[in-house]
Amino acid sequence: MFDSRSKDHAPEPPPAFAGPVKLPSIQRRRHFKSLLANVILITLAGMAILPLIFVFTYITSAGLPALNLDLFYRLPAPPGETGGGMANAIVGSLVMVVLSSLMAMPTGLLCGLYVAEFPHQRLARILRFIIDLMTGIPSIVIGLFAYATLVVPLGGFSAWAGSAALAVIMLPIVSRTTEEILRLIPAQLREAGLALGLPRWKVLVRMIMRAGRSAIATGVFLAIARAAGETAPLLFTSFNNQYWNTGLREPVASLPVQIYTYAISPYEEWHRLAWAGSLILVSVVFAINLICRLVLKRQTK
Amino acid sequence: MLKIQPTVISAVHVSAWYGSHRAVQDISLDVARGHVMALIGPSGCGKSTFLRCINRMHEEIDHTRVEGKVLYRGEDIYGTDVDPVAVRSCIGMVFQKPNPFPTMSVGENVITGLKLRGGYSRSEMEGRMEEALRRAALWDEVKNKLRAPGTSLSGGQQQRLCIARALAVQPEVLLMDEPTSALDPISTGRIEELMTELKKSVTIIIVTHNMQQAARISDQTAFFLMGRLIEKGATEQIFNAPTKEETENYISGRFG
Repeated sequence: MFDSRSKDHAPEPPPAFAGPVKLPSIQRRRHFKSLLANVILITLAGMAILPLIFVFTYITSAGLPALNLDLFYRLPAPPGETGGGMANAIVGSLVMVVLSSLMAMPTGLLCGLYVAEFPHQRLARILRFIIDLMTGIPSIVIGLFAYATLVVPLGGFSAWAGSAALAVIMLPIVSRTTEEILRLIPAQLREAGLALGLPRWKVLVRMIMRAGRSAIATGVFLAIARAAGETAPLLFTSFNNQYWNTGLREPVASLPVQIYTYAISPYEEWHRLAWAGSLILVSVVFAINLICRLVLKRQTK
Repeated sequence: MLKIQPTVISAVHVSAWYGSHRAVQDISLDVARGHVMALIGPSGCGKSTFLRCINRMHEEIDHTRVEGKVLYRGEDIYGTDVDPVAVRSCIGMVFQKPNPFPTMSVGENVITGLKLRGGYSRSEMEGRMEEALRRAALWDEVKNKLRAPGTSLSGGQQQRLCIARALAVQPEVLLMDEPTSALDPISTGRIEELMTELKKSVTIIIVTHNMQQAARISDQTAFFLMGRLIEKGATEQIFNAPTKEETENYISGRFG
């Protein structure tokens, strides 16, 4: 149809090139504005990324020389001696992160589910407000709170108290992510489940949670990454330990606190270890973030 | 008491609200077993809302309310001791937009209603899956890709998958809310054929904007306007000799 017409109306030959076309002034002004906006945005984005790049390169350059296998399987050496590692701190961090996840994940998921599914209930609104507030509590305050409510009554620093403090930090992150993801899941999915004659809780848990599981998992892992790097809540709760952790009711070493201890010490050797520890910690957190994003990207394709 | 076509669904003075807006006003309607009942009318006339009252889906939206009775085999589904979950397993629903469960395969989509209800063996579920897919005229097309994601099918196939999913729990009544409005004419034709086949075993109530569709597939037609039931009767009578002026205007395309 278009072919037959083009015979009658042959397209006009393009005009001979006559130098750059002069745009009307209003268009030139728009071009300029658009260019300016682009430059500003790119500059601001660059400024936002720069600190990350600086921190990462600095830690790498300072930590890499001190990085060796000893770090991963030896105990800290007494001051004055060279060598030594932070194996107990790595294990301690791992144990406490796992414990705190076990505490924060079920509660956070349930809170998020409740707030997302019953947004009009009074209790849900209150809960949502509290969770928002929790996100803003400084972590040192959470540490003090855990000290007053767990460490003092239980009679000493312990891995339990540290894990509980970390769980308080993770809970609002898990809950908010769950809530936001569940809100994104189309209402038709819920209706489809209900229309099959399924009870509401089964639709929620087996269908809606399932549809959002990869995104929710991302939120959980981000919360874990955040908790793994926290120092302040652990200072008054799990404290520190120069030896292998003997039990969950004992003081436990952790990577962030170990780094802190090394960094404020007067010994050159310990400073090097602090940098190496920082590099390990930052790499782990970075890796968790990166893996989450890659997994999510693949799932949403 | 010998009736050839007993009433399965009987709405008695049903009204439905969204907040303070009364979308459905005092509707009474009987649907006989094995019939296809078409609900027609312009957009916003309350026909979808009325449909959703029949299996208690209306109350799933916040700030809604239903008054009146809906009798299913003589029992009021809004009775105080009636579980909406039980109602919905006898009165299934197919939605306007095909909505297969995105994380499930074709096969899982069909049996998920049985699986989550529990108490069915694996072989039983597989039998029901094949039966439902056959009844939805989809078996031949998907029997080799039961493990493929449900969302990988075409739009028309997805809608038949949703029909199969609803049929797998063996409802006695199937409510269809504009099931073909998102589909192309060929897929629409297949679903219409399917409905004529299905009505041997299931009573169907269908909301449609397509008047030819209503004329082709339904036995009874009800015309809704501004939340009220204007006229109901045998489809031929409604389309050939409507008694009300509004019905005639709508059917002849003068508005809506």
